[in-house]
Amino acid sequence: MYVAVKGGEAAISNAHRLLADRRRGDRSLPALSIDQIVAQLALGVDRIMAEASLYDRTLAALAMRQARGDMIEAIFILRAYRTTLPRFGYSRAVDTGAMLVERRISATYKDLPGGQLLGPTFDYTHRLLDPSLLGDHEVAEGIQREPDTEPVMRVSDILAGESLIEMEEPDETDTVPGDITREPLEFPLGRDERLQALARGDEGFLLALAYSTQRGYARTHPFAGEIRIGQVEVEIDIPELGFAVSLGRVQVTECQMVNQFKGSAKQPPQFTRGYGLVFGQSERKAMAMSLVDRALRASEFGEDIIAPAQDEEFVISHSDNVQATGFVEHLKLPHYVDFQAELDLVRRMRREYDAAQEIVEEMKEAAE
Amino acid sequence: MQTAAKTEPARPLSASDVARKHRIEHLGRATVEEMSRALDTMGGAPEAVNLRGPETGLVMIRGRMGGTGSLFNLGEATVTRATIRLANGAVGHGQRLGGDKAAARLAAILDAMGETSAHRKAVETFCSEVATRLEAEDAKLAAETAATRVDFFTMVRGDD
Amino acid sequence: MLLHTEALEGGFASPVLGAQATFRALLDAMARPGTIRTAGGDAAPPHPLSIAQGAVALTLTDHDTPVWLSPALAHETVKGWVGFHTGAEIVASSAHARFVFLAAGEAIPDLHGFAPGSQDYPDRSATLVIELPALSGGPEFVARGPGIKDSTKIALQGLPADFLRRWAANRAFFPLGLDIVFTAGSDLMALPRSTDLQALGG
Repeated sequence: MYVAVKGGEAAISNAHRLLADRRRGDRSLPALSIDQIVAQLALGVDRIMAEASLYDRTLAALAMRQARGDMIEAIFILRAYRTTLPRFGYSRAVDTGAMLVERRISATYKDLPGGQLLGPTFDYTHRLLDPSLLGDHEVAEGIQREPDTEPVMRVSDILAGESLIEMEEPDETDTVPGDITREPLEFPLGRDERLQALARGDEGFLLALAYSTQRGYARTHPFAGEIRIGQVEVEIDIPELGFAVSLGRVQVTECQMVNQFKGSAKQPPQFTRGYGLVFGQSERKAMAMSLVDRALRASEFGEDIIAPAQDEEFVISHSDNVQATGFVEHLKLPHYVDFQAELDLVRRMRREYDAAQEIVEEMKEAAE
Repeated sequence: MQTAAKTEPARPLSASDVARKHRIEHLGRATVEEMSRALDTMGGAPEAVNLRGPETGLVMIRGRMGGTGSLFNLGEATVTRATIRLANGAVGHGQRLGGDKAAARLAAILDAMGETSAHRKAVETFCSEVATRLEAEDAKLAAETAATRVDFFTMVRGDD
Repeated sequence: MLLHTEALEGGFASPVLGAQATFRALLDAMARPGTIRTAGGDAAPPHPLSIAQGAVALTLTDHDTPVWLSPALAHETVKGWVGFHTGAEIVASSAHARFVFLAAGEAIPDLHGFAPGSQDYPDRSATLVIELPALSGGPEFVARGPGIKDSTKIALQGLPADFLRRWAANRAFFPLGLDIVFTAGSDLMALPRSTDLQALGG
């Protein structure tokens, strides 16, 4: 229970002014520009976009600066902002097969059409702090090489050729998917709603759940069939023109996790899939998402639900860090009246306890 | 409440539809500086009445499960759009990702000018310049990525 | 379908101010059933959509509110205008609509054909926006309910003879049910589901 109290206004106003001061910090240093954040803290910006579920690098960088680098605060700010904008429509499905690829690797096939393209990766770095980044040294541009003309084929298409992987085809009518930003969650969810929730889910939470599946809490035997990062066209139908136009490109990370499946009465043994698709360059998140997606498909494959990562209601209800932070952090707001009531209750229970103890003591004495 | 898929069946596009689609898409990726410079060469931006916008809103981006399966909603992107009418009656549409209202309006003006015989050629030329820049950017990215391709070679196996 | 200019013209010159003024008028009309208000802004919708209907569409409908247009309204220009300026989807099935627009002189369809909301979400109901010849000068009814001190008289023109019976059936659904905004030219009057209507002397 909350009670209306006055008197905090001056303190709040001064606190916000102090926040602005601390955010700016040492005035002898140049202020960070939004362009600098977009360019040099790009993966942080991407994480804000992914978990705020809003693709806009400028706004994400602004949120990061406003939040002093607190990612969840920045995600919260951007989520709040998106509610002020009207919805223009839904895009056509992005075609990740036609991606302008910036990175593409497969852990299941060494030689595959299009090749293993490492792109700008942290993999194979030594994770040693680099003192040269203390200063502003000249950085060489990337090497260029004539690209191959062969298309960067999907790994799932290779397995599909042998019918050894479950097919992913549109349902006949291309049913309109559920939209968790419009309809309240009602369990059980469809895979469409789960994927939407996972795409905006907290990276740390999903990473921990994904890790738990690898450690035996829901066995999925995963292989990273393919990870690709790159730019895809966003096309939308324009009714006043009568055709679809591309609005431009967004960068996404896609992960196809391939999982062994023993087969059931209905389906032969084959590989099943977990899918991850995330805004920006967010490889860890896409991989975690695909592992959790597969774990949450347990009932679809007749698997026993024995682990947290398979429990849809548990996972999806707790994956949103804006909801989570709101409920956890609200505990710091004044609960004075609530607490007074609790205090009264505990005092009364204590009196009753003490009284009962006295009786016991008296009876003991009487018995002696 | 969503009831039916809104992806309309593709209708055959006429040649002028295709031309306009490409024009709108290229204008949607032109910078304000590029468009202002182009308009200067065409005698400056003409007067235009706003019919809708410029306004910023959201488009929900959709993906497919497994890349090829059923639809799901991935997340939203900011989009800015403008529809204007020139004094000669030509209507132009501009839309792009992001929040740049000035750019969306300039794109709409250039789209409308592209509908007029006086400026069609100049707008087409401008769009092809934008296309050239975009292709060069893509080619650079593709070449940089290609340089990170792993060239596996098999060690010679020791046969007895 | 390439829209003609007629469908692209006639939105609010200032979308924010126009929508705010009309929203205020609707808010007052809903809060005080039976009173006549004037739609704000400068909407100029294509015929036969009236000014007030156009203003209500621009103010209340958007991408998330499916709209059903009556047969007289469901031609390309009106559909295009509503779609272009509001983003609302024009649906073929009246049961899926959140807003329903009827032109002057058209028969009011069976009210059971529109969404009454659900017990969990009574707000997910349809709002009917019905154009009438005039909002006064017709047969008098007595209105009672929230927002009305004791009772008030309304005298809408052009309602069907059995309207009272049909409205009573809608009232019986409460808290579910439809809300109506009657319009005439640029004026409007609201009949929320909470309002009880009786014949004069009834």
